[in-house]
Amino acid sequence: MGGSANTPLIEVRDLGVRLNTSRGPAQAVRGVSFALKRGETLGLVGESGCGKSVTALALMGLLPESAVISGSIRLDGSELVGLSDANYCKLRGNRISMIFQEPMTALNPMHTIGRQVAEPLRRHTNCSAAQARKEAIALLDRVGLPDAAKRVDAYPHQFSGGQRQRATIAMALACQPDVLIADEPTTALDVTIQGQILDLMADLVAERGMSMLLISHDLGVIAENVQRMAVMYGGTVVENGATDAVFTRMGHPYTQGLFRARPRLGVRKGTRLKTIAGTVPELADLPSGCTFADRCAIVEDRCRVVLPAAVDVGAGHGVRCLRTDISMAEAAGVLGA
Amino acid sequence: MSAPLSVSGDVRVAPERPRPATGFWRRALRHRSFVTGGALGLLVLCAALLSLVWTPWSAYEINVASKLRPPSAAHWLGTDVFGRDIVSLLLVGARSTIMVGIIAVGIGLTFGVCLGLIAAARKGWTEELIMRMSDFTFAFPAVLSAIMLAAVAGPGMVTSITAIGIFQIPTLVRVTRGSANAIWAREFVLAARASGKGGFRITIEHVLPNILSVLIVQATIQFALAILAEAALSYLGLGTQPPQPSWGRMLNDAQTLLFQSPMLAVYPGAAIAVAVLGLNLLGDGLRDLLDPRLARER
Repeated sequence: MGGSANTPLIEVRDLGVRLNTSRGPAQAVRGVSFALKRGETLGLVGESGCGKSVTALALMGLLPESAVISGSIRLDGSELVGLSDANYCKLRGNRISMIFQEPMTALNPMHTIGRQVAEPLRRHTNCSAAQARKEAIALLDRVGLPDAAKRVDAYPHQFSGGQRQRATIAMALACQPDVLIADEPTTALDVTIQGQILDLMADLVAERGMSMLLISHDLGVIAENVQRMAVMYGGTVVENGATDAVFTRMGHPYTQGLFRARPRLGVRKGTRLKTIAGTVPELADLPSGCTFADRCAIVEDRCRVVLPAAVDVGAGHGVRCLRTDISMAEAAGVLGA
Repeated sequence: MSAPLSVSGDVRVAPERPRPATGFWRRALRHRSFVTGGALGLLVLCAALLSLVWTPWSAYEINVASKLRPPSAAHWLGTDVFGRDIVSLLLVGARSTIMVGIIAVGIGLTFGVCLGLIAAARKGWTEELIMRMSDFTFAFPAVLSAIMLAAVAGPGMVTSITAIGIFQIPTLVRVTRGSANAIWAREFVLAARASGKGGFRITIEHVLPNILSVLIVQATIQFALAILAEAALSYLGLGTQPPQPSWGRMLNDAQTLLFQSPMLAVYPGAAIAVAVLGLNLLGDGLRDLLDPRLARER
C-alpha cells in the first residue's frame, strides 16, 4: 500500500472500451487518460451516452464479458486490465467502491439494510456477524441515518430515497476503500437532498483520505465538489484540468456549449435555453475525426481527419481541439453571456 | 443527531421486524382462489393422510361376490369390478398421487432450478448448452419418454415418477433462467458485484431469494401437471401397478364398464379434477399474494 503522495493512486492511460451492441461493435470509450492521487477528487462530466459510466465500470472491472478493453488502469502501480475476476472480487468493495445512481434499485429488496451494509465487511475482513452488525450501525450513523441502531433491521422499501442513498454510501465505505467511484449519486434525488448527500460525501472523502471519481451530467455538482474535472464527449475526454481553470478558461467548444445550455435563475421570462445544435453521435458509428465536429460552430476540414490530440493550454489544462486559438478567444464571451 | 455509539454488547433487535410479506395470511385468507385452492388441496392431502391410518374397507382385498355394488350404507360409493370399496380406493389413490407429485416436482425443482441458475450466472456456452439440452428434453412428449423408460426399466411407480420428474426439468430450467436473468440485470446485483461478491454468492444471496415466489407458483402448477401425468401414465398401464390403487388405474378399470356402471369413471375423474383444480387455484392465488408490488403495502 502507501506510495508517496505524488504518485497517482489510480492511473488510467489510453483506456479504450469496445462494447458489442445489437447494432454492432461500439467504441464506447477511447483514449481516456487521467490520474488520481490519494485524497484527490476528479469529476467526470458529460451528457448521457458519452462514456462516463462505461469508464467507471471499466475501473470496477464490471463491464460485460464481451467488452474489449485496451490501454491500462493501474491501482497503486498494479495493472487492473486483464486481472482475473476472482482477483478483482478481492478489490471491489475493499479498495475500490462504487455508489450508484438509483438508490431505489441499488439495494436488494429482500435483505435488511444492516445486512447489506455489513456485507462487504463480512466478505473482505474476517469479522464476526456481531462485529459487522455493530460496524454497520456505526456506518449508518456516520452517514447521518437517524436512529441507526433501530433502523438497521429495516428493509429498503421502508427507507426514503435519500436514506437509501445514505445506506448505499455506508455500504461503499464499509471497508475503508482507497478509491470511491460515485456514478451520478444525486441524480435521482430531490435538490435539497442532493446538497446534503454531496456534503456528506465531501466530508467523508476528506475524513478518510479517499480519492473520489465523481460522475455527473450536472456542471453545478462538478463545479462545487471536485478539484479536477474531465469533460467527456463521444467516448473521449475533450477537456480536462483543475476545476477552476476549466470553468474560467473553457477551451473546447463542447464545454462552452454545455456551459451555455445550463438553466439559470434571473433570466428574463420566455428566454429560450441555448442548446447545442445536432445530436450526440452514435457510438457504433463515430466520425473519424473530432467527435464534436458535426455540432461545432468553428469546425474546419482538418477537424474531420483525425481525433485531435490534447493541447496543453496551461497548468495541466488539456483541450482536445485544433482550434483552441479561436475557441479560447471566444470563451470570454461565453462566460459573459 | 449522531449520538455516540453506545451500542456495545447488547444490540437490541427492534421488537417488530417488518417483513415484505407483512400480513401475508391476513391477505391470503381474503383471497378467494387461494382459499378455494387451499381447501381443495387440503382435502386431497387429508384423504391421503387418512388412508394411512384408516380406510372403510381394505383397498387391496378382492371380493368378487360383492362386485359392482351401487352406493349403500356399507359402501358409500359402491364397489368396483373386483368388489373393492371405491371410497377406500380413492383414499389410497390420493396417497400415490401426492407421493408422485412431490417426488417428481422435487426432481424437477432440484435439477431445473440448479441448471437454470447456472445458465443465468455463467452465460456463454454453458447457458447455451443447458438451454439446448432442455429444448431437446422438451421436444420429447412426456408420455413418449415414459413409454421409452418403461420399456427399458419396466413399468411401475418409480419409472413414472422418474419420467414425470425429468419432464418437469426443462420447464423449470426455463422459468428459473428467465426470472434469474431479470434479477441479474437489476442494479442491486451490480452493486453486489461492486462490493466484491462472486457469481455463486450473488446467485444464492440475491438471485434465488428474489425469484423464490415465481418458483413457488410454478412448483404448484407443476404439481398439478404431475398429477395429471401420473393419472395418464397409470391409465396407460405404465404408472402405478396393480394391486396398488391409483386414480389413473381406476379410470382404466372403469373404461371397459363405461356403459354398465359409468359412475366408476366419474369418481376417480372427479378426484383428479379436484386435485388439479385445487392446485391451479392455489398457484394463481400464490402468484397474486407473492407479487411484491402487492406485498409491499403496509
